[in-house]
Amino acid sequence: MTSPQPRTRVVLVDDHSLVRAGVRAELSSRLDIVGEAEDVSDAITCILRTTPDVVLLDVHLPGGTGDVVIRAVHATAPETRFLALSVSDAEDDVIRVIRAGARGYVTKTIGGDELADAIDRVSAGDAVFSPRLAGFVLDAFTGGTPPEPERESDLDVLTPREREVLRMIARGYTYRETAAELFVSIKTVETHVSSVLRKLQLSNRRELTRWASERRLLP
Amino acid sequence: MPPSSAPTTRRLYRRRDGRLVAGVASGLSEHLGIDVVLLRAGFVATILLGGFGVVLYAAFWVVVPQAAEDPETPSTHGSRSQLIGFAALGIGMLALAQLIGFGPGLLWPAAAAVTGAAILWRQADDSQRVRWRSGAVRGTRLITGAPRAHTLLRICLGLLLVTIGLGSFLATHEAVHQARRATLPVLIVVLGLVLVVGPWMLQTFQQLSAERTARIREHERVELAGQVHDSMLQTLTLIQRRADNPDEVLRLVRRSERELRGWLYTAAASQESLRAAILAVSAEVEDEYPVTVDVVMVGESAVTPAVEALVQAVREAVLNAAKHSGDPKLSVYVEASGEEIAVFVRDRGKGFSLDAVAEDRYGVRESVVARMRRHGGDAEIRTAAGSGTEVRLTLPKVPANDS
Repeated sequence: MTSPQPRTRVVLVDDHSLVRAGVRAELSSRLDIVGEAEDVSDAITCILRTTPDVVLLDVHLPGGTGDVVIRAVHATAPETRFLALSVSDAEDDVIRVIRAGARGYVTKTIGGDELADAIDRVSAGDAVFSPRLAGFVLDAFTGGTPPEPERESDLDVLTPREREVLRMIARGYTYRETAAELFVSIKTVETHVSSVLRKLQLSNRRELTRWASERRLLP
Repeated sequence: MPPSSAPTTRRLYRRRDGRLVAGVASGLSEHLGIDVVLLRAGFVATILLGGFGVVLYAAFWVVVPQAAEDPETPSTHGSRSQLIGFAALGIGMLALAQLIGFGPGLLWPAAAAVTGAAILWRQADDSQRVRWRSGAVRGTRLITGAPRAHTLLRICLGLLLVTIGLGSFLATHEAVHQARRATLPVLIVVLGLVLVVGPWMLQTFQQLSAERTARIREHERVELAGQVHDSMLQTLTLIQRRADNPDEVLRLVRRSERELRGWLYTAAASQESLRAAILAVSAEVEDEYPVTVDVVMVGESAVTPAVEALVQAVREAVLNAAKHSGDPKLSVYVEASGEEIAVFVRDRGKGFSLDAVAEDRYGVRESVVARMRRHGGDAEIRTAAGSGTEVRLTLPKVPANDS
């Protein structure tokens, strides 16, 4: 028998204690919850002190938003991985936190097993794409104005293969099902998704950068 | 202090006490915080500009309401001698104007400009006026470097002297009679207006747009709060009453979660869009059956009769999945591009065999496929027993006349 894998170390950041309690209850059998935090400054201190593998991060926190935490932590500990967990599925919340450096976004309606799977995936270095996130990405990269030809780089356009993979994910297919459908290996699917994530984080397309300056009209 | 001046907004009123003629200058002085004598001098001085001062005073008289009568402060007339003094000065100005020959030609442009400034001033509230004043102070201070009241007096007197001097000089030269009529008054008026009104105008536009944004934001906030409170209260009341029926409670909770999420986080879909139609259809199914419908949309489309048929077909497909598949989680993916609209309705339930014609499954194939084909689209069903179902609906878009 192989020696047991060390359990993934996770920090929970959410301002609702009931949510943290619920997540802790669902995950503690599979993962180690090494820390909890309620607001931006607590989160940064806790994460830097406990150096977890993955941080489950709420998008809306007292004192700021999740992307502030990500940037602050990545300045000193760039290997920490963030998975955004939120009630909101608003486009600008999602994209803002991904562009700040999160490797996935799931909503709080997710089940316990799925959440644990998602954390494992992020911990292994892959991206977690919910169908809705895939939809946002497709919208941002295929709709709207194409970037100016002189400034267009590889980062601003999705390859046809990437677009196919995203469509399958948006349709609700798991990675395994996508791989079967497209006759490729799961690894290939993961590679495409990681590449899309990178483009999402680095592209200068107007649809993605405008949220950096815009604020929602609602508080 | 006249009773009309509320502590927060100082509106412009014509004062009853301390007035010489109609209380315009004293009201203005109270409102702007400028010495009343200066204002009166100003009115008289502008008579020089083709009798403009008289017109201006008359305009104020007509437009500005009189202060409400206060029983404690009797309406008195201001110093009689002051009135005589200014009247004399006014007559002198009129005579001088006649002598120099400043016609009423520039009366109307000047009147329009001052009216505009006055209207802007009226619309402003107190904090804006403070800002404007400080802006004007800063502007004039750049030129003169002195406190405001003295600055204005200096500018006015200076302009007056220049006017009189140049006027009397030019009056002695017949040849330039025509040129003087056109250029000099215009120059003086423009310069004066720019000095005084310039900083105000600049700040005004900025203030106006900032104000508008703030107002919209406030309006949205209030509206949302009202909606949320009302709806949440109703739902919570209902939940209390049906607490013994867990299915019902779950349905209510799910519905209010969806509504709240829609208000808080989703951009309002216009009523006539594909997005709104699909969301409405999935909400219907979610209300009736214990399922969650996950809707992902890429792109957008207007609703034509063919699109409506598509939406109905989607409804059928989702209903069938909810009724028969056994999967509590359904996904609907809608992709609207320029050429076609494609919708995928997927469940990971028990599926069915396409060959077997079950009594209720007949509906899916015939109604969905037939409906789509009637409108120029197509429907494809992929399923097998035990491996879920995916219904794919496509509708090519006929190029429309509008954008």
